[in-house]
Amino acid sequence: MTDRPAPAMTKRDLLSLIGKSAGATAMYMAMSSLGQAQASTFKGPIKLDGDPGGASVLVLGAGVAGLVAALELSRAGYKVQVLEYNPQVGGRSWTLRGGDTYTELGGLTQTCQFSSGNYINPGPWRIPAEHGGLIHYCKMLGVGLEPFQQNNYNAYIHSTKAFGGKPQRYKTIQADYYGHVAELLAKAVKKNALDDAVTAEDAAILLESLRGWGALDNDMRYVRGRSSASRRGWDKGPGGGLTAEPIPSDPLDMSTVLKSGMWRQIGGHLSNEHQHAIFQPAGGMDQIAKGFERAVGNLVRCNSKVTAIHQDEKGVTVHYLDTKTGQKLTAQAGYCICTIPLSILSQIEINVGPSLDAAIHAVPYLPGLKVGLEFKRRFWEQDEEIYGGITSTDLPIGQISYPSYGYGSQGPGVVLGAYANGAFAYEFTSLAPAERVQRALEWGSQIHPQYKSEFMNGIAVGWHRVPWTQGCFAIWTEETRAEHYKNLCQMDGRIMLAGEHASYIGGWQEGGITSALDAIGRLHQRVLAG
Amino acid sequence: MIRKQTLVLVLASAAALGTIAASAGAQTAANPVPGEAAGTFMMASKFSEPTGELMYRNVCAGCHMPDAKGTQGAGFYPALAKNEKLAAGGYPVLVLMKGLNGMPAVGQMMTDQQVADVVNYVRTHFGNKYKDAVTPADVQPLR
Repeated sequence: MTDRPAPAMTKRDLLSLIGKSAGATAMYMAMSSLGQAQASTFKGPIKLDGDPGGASVLVLGAGVAGLVAALELSRAGYKVQVLEYNPQVGGRSWTLRGGDTYTELGGLTQTCQFSSGNYINPGPWRIPAEHGGLIHYCKMLGVGLEPFQQNNYNAYIHSTKAFGGKPQRYKTIQADYYGHVAELLAKAVKKNALDDAVTAEDAAILLESLRGWGALDNDMRYVRGRSSASRRGWDKGPGGGLTAEPIPSDPLDMSTVLKSGMWRQIGGHLSNEHQHAIFQPAGGMDQIAKGFERAVGNLVRCNSKVTAIHQDEKGVTVHYLDTKTGQKLTAQAGYCICTIPLSILSQIEINVGPSLDAAIHAVPYLPGLKVGLEFKRRFWEQDEEIYGGITSTDLPIGQISYPSYGYGSQGPGVVLGAYANGAFAYEFTSLAPAERVQRALEWGSQIHPQYKSEFMNGIAVGWHRVPWTQGCFAIWTEETRAEHYKNLCQMDGRIMLAGEHASYIGGWQEGGITSALDAIGRLHQRVLAG
Repeated sequence: MIRKQTLVLVLASAAALGTIAASAGAQTAANPVPGEAAGTFMMASKFSEPTGELMYRNVCAGCHMPDAKGTQGAGFYPALAKNEKLAAGGYPVLVLMKGLNGMPAVGQMMTDQQVADVVNYVRTHFGNKYKDAVTPADVQPLR
């Protein structure tokens, strides 16, 4: 290993070497580990070649999974009808803006009072670049994407247990944490403490890299100076003219950084699904729903509550209720793609085999709560130079996310004022909506004192009280996956399930889309086989 | 022994944080839950509610509703009020510890005592009159 000139070798050289010495399989494995393989299972537009011969499909649920199924099956020549519980399509691909009303389970209704142009996405709110399926449909449906600021170095990390509750800039904590770790590691290398793990040649390279990674000075120290200030921020920033000379800031000492626990909040943006570039639809997540509505809205019957699903050797019969008229109706088709969340489907009569039946009843749904808060002005931009991004906190609100649109607007702005999980989500959900908003305001004002004087209105969505999902998304464990996942995805007679719950990308729209594409691909093979 | 220590820790942290929660609660216009400051919003990983009543009001009511009458949408949350399935105390304990359909196993975020307390509370309120209390020892084997 030590004689290989690694820094001078390009990725292509390496692949070529592996290909020569170990064959194509090893080369593919290496490519995967170097990040050149597909991110999700989406591999380009689906091709359903061949004549389905007039076969019909009933799609249950008009979220992204059901809408993708309806779109592709109808294009392939199937007769498609979609039943949807809600008055509109989109499912969890959902946006709340001024004038919208939302009635949660229990009957409490909120009317969103946001000003024109402001919104929150109570459900999914981000589109990672690696979610090729969703991005494909955004392009196809004319849904414009804009950058979502996942990681903003100027946003805060906040802890009630550190710095007297005073929020710290993300960049300050990351710079000081990296800086001290780099200095410490450099010391260890210089003392030859890592000789059993690092060769002399690599140690030299490591030291050089640590200087850059940790913003160390010439003596390999993380100290007050130009180098550290250029990462963590200055006491007085550089400018032009007579008073332009910058004044560096004092790094926090290592013990303070470690004991603050704030290093836990470094790297929320490092997972594949949160890395930049990451997007949002311009104008709200429901632009995706609207795009699908333009394409296949004519196939969807809304206000239709499914009460029973019955299949026999000839086809599938679905019993449903018109939620406006109370009329009991039935729909029939040769096959059924059912995208109803398992939290709901587990309460609906359906005649499937025991393994699918067990799978349907085996998956709990996450709580999760979001609060949108509107303020008279964008004080986070105007007073604190925070443009989009996320402040994290150990308060029950979990985080504050600033809008990744409309920067510099002088009018009112909306933040995501809470995204609560765990016990906090249950406790938030048990409060009346107005009380949830009030709590989010109280807690958030510990981070932004401007909250109190600038507040206008808010809206709160606790996902366990969402009437059509009874939860945020499916919670799988390794044990339930092993026992039930394949059974859940298998075609059962004439019925096949799809949705984020039938994917390994739980809680993301890409999961619903790749699941739907997989399901209709298999359905099509079955139909063609007669 | 470990479990008892956990419970003591939970109560101790509840006491330590009580003042913060109390001040937050006092500033809100309406505080619908009496005594809530003693046990809610303490930590994300587990429930800190010290009594069965507070656990019901602050956790269970999110789905089963404050009056325990349940609710209906595309699916439903069953009423716990006047619910004959509560006749055997082991059943609600099992549901809390293992979950049911879309309901997560919320009892895993409670101590054995807390599970027993909330089960006993529901089985003696909302029109339920089951006097045979469950105990933490009934809960422990389901961990």
